[in-house]
Amino acid sequence: MRDSSERPTIHAEANLAVHHAPAAERRSVVLRLLVRNHPGAMSHVCGLFHRRLFNVDGIACLPTTDASRSTVLLLVREDQRLEQVVRQLAKLADVLEIHREAAGDGAFGTVARALGCPVPR
Amino acid sequence: MQTNGAGLIVKLLERQGITTIPGIPGGASLPLYDALHASAIRHVLARHEQGAGFIAQGMARSTGTAAVCLGTSGPGATNLLTAIADAKLDSIPLVAITGQVPRAMIGTDAFQEIDTYGLTIPITKHNYLVSSARELLHVIPDAFRIATSDRPGPVVIDVPKDVQLEAVTVGTWPEPGTAAPAMRCARDQIARATALLEAAERPVLLIGAGVIAAGASELVRRLAEGGSIPVAATLLGLGAIPAYHPLFLGMVGMHAARATNLILEECDLLVGLGVRFDDRATGKAAEFCPNARIIHIDVDASELGKIKTPTLGIQADVGDALQAMLAETAPRPRPAWSARVAALRRAHRLAMPGADDVRRPYGLVRAVAALAGEDAIVTSDVGQHQMWVAQAFPFQRPRQWLTSGGLGTMGFGLPAAIGAALAFPGRRVVCFTGDGSLLMNIQELATAAEERTRVTLILLDNGHLGLVRQQQELFYGGRYHASRFAAGLDFSAIARGFGVEAHDLATTSHPAALLARALEAPGPCLVRVPIAAEANVYPMVRPGGPNREMIDPDAPVAETTASDAVDGGSDAGF
Repeated sequence: MRDSSERPTIHAEANLAVHHAPAAERRSVVLRLLVRNHPGAMSHVCGLFHRRLFNVDGIACLPTTDASRSTVLLLVREDQRLEQVVRQLAKLADVLEIHREAAGDGAFGTVARALGCPVPR
Repeated sequence: MQTNGAGLIVKLLERQGITTIPGIPGGASLPLYDALHASAIRHVLARHEQGAGFIAQGMARSTGTAAVCLGTSGPGATNLLTAIADAKLDSIPLVAITGQVPRAMIGTDAFQEIDTYGLTIPITKHNYLVSSARELLHVIPDAFRIATSDRPGPVVIDVPKDVQLEAVTVGTWPEPGTAAPAMRCARDQIARATALLEAAERPVLLIGAGVIAAGASELVRRLAEGGSIPVAATLLGLGAIPAYHPLFLGMVGMHAARATNLILEECDLLVGLGVRFDDRATGKAAEFCPNARIIHIDVDASELGKIKTPTLGIQADVGDALQAMLAETAPRPRPAWSARVAALRRAHRLAMPGADDVRRPYGLVRAVAALAGEDAIVTSDVGQHQMWVAQAFPFQRPRQWLTSGGLGTMGFGLPAAIGAALAFPGRRVVCFTGDGSLLMNIQELATAAEERTRVTLILLDNGHLGLVRQQQELFYGGRYHASRFAAGLDFSAIARGFGVEAHDLATTSHPAALLARALEAPGPCLVRVPIAAEANVYPMVRPGGPNREMIDPDAPVAETTASDAVDGGSDAGF
């Protein structure tokens, strides 16, 4: 026997409230994933979003210092389906950890400025 | 040990306890077949990869253990997709191994090259494209662990031909992959569940495939009996509780007895056990169990709150949760609720017209059930016949009933029956099928004949895609289109052409005797039963409609005799 706490961890820095605002007005949130680094891992992650008709606004992915792992940052909008998508992510065998973070002016802010795009908030 | 990738796969499958593998060979899987040639594993040659996939599913569903199927690259893999997707939706532990073109040719549109990995991402629990022979040492056990752990599901292993041929030396063998230990629930959640249950005046248990996967039938029965709680089942939960158990209400949803749906309508607590609130079960989800608090127990956290927001959602093995609840729950009779349930069942039971006529759907199902006995394993295809069987066949035990629920795949029945017969050679396997469904994998009659499987096909032949016709009649103004097979087929002649014994109920004056003979045949046997095209499955909830609104022209006038009280009567649960 084992506890459900031994499953791939979902770290909710801030529990996400349910928002019903139009997509453009919804708060952005960043999902930080630790995944196994192999050619199919990104297909698994991205495919899961499109299958649930859930849009990903931004993606960044780089190998960690341990090259067998990658960190994936996903910029998504909060809505009532996000919780479901996060639980589906947690079921992927290649996904080892999930952290939720406020979008703020973090990695995607830097990327946005480099690309000349509006900084997500 | 000196071997190659293919030899490694076969050895690892042997160590997993695999003894039978259905499949079809091809160019990219020939090294694997060469390794199988030297193995004790029995290869069953299917006639279409979808057949191979469903044969493996029949083995997995009837035994509860993972089964393997093989296909080659390209069309071999694409032909497997339907069986893999079916296993995903019904949570069946299936390990599909496919050949792939050599690594150097991947991405060049080589002969019979297809992106099997990409195609199977959405329909598997996990998948692999193996990049070296050595990798197989952890991929194969891992695939079995994933396929069987928690909520089971299909895993695809795509193996390039050069990886199959790659020489490799193995020192120590990995342990076979096994299911992870059952997931325990948090004990404070059990206390809350128990409190909710004790406070409930009108509770109902709704059980699904998760109960069978967890082997928790007996625990469900004890919880139900202790609290006088009626039990309804989803299509895939049938058999978890014996059909004639006085607390068993039969199937819920689109083709349930009206009483069953009405009892759920009135319950004040619904305990969902290993269910996923599928739309065919709930009807319009927002109006399902409108007066009830919901306790939802499932091993898959993503199911909790996906369709219905539970009062209490518990991620756990259903068996573990039930055991913990039983330890904390005192027996409690609920006489008022029991009386209400009994009254609803008297007033709104299944009509089952023609139940005593072997030439009509319900009578046929009942007659076959009586003749086949409790030992028989029953498969079905998809359509009207499937619903008639689900309504009328008195399933007695888990894994007796194998049917395609989530994907609803016509063509499932025959190969699944072959798989069950391979897994249980001593048992009779009955496959209820329709003329539309049978044609979708009829080539597997050759496999059934070749393997001398004890499969009896009961073919309900109405010359139509019956459930399509029924919906066109009820919801499309009777504008029938593309639901009739204008060319009548001689199914008996076709079966005999495959080397399968065949009978036709239309041409006998002793239908019961003919059925009895067919069910005793030493090998595969087909019985064609002509069914009126107008015979519909009732009651029926309009797709998207709430479960309380059932179309039911067969509804009997309400009876108030004591003979069909809740604790007895042959119609209990139907």
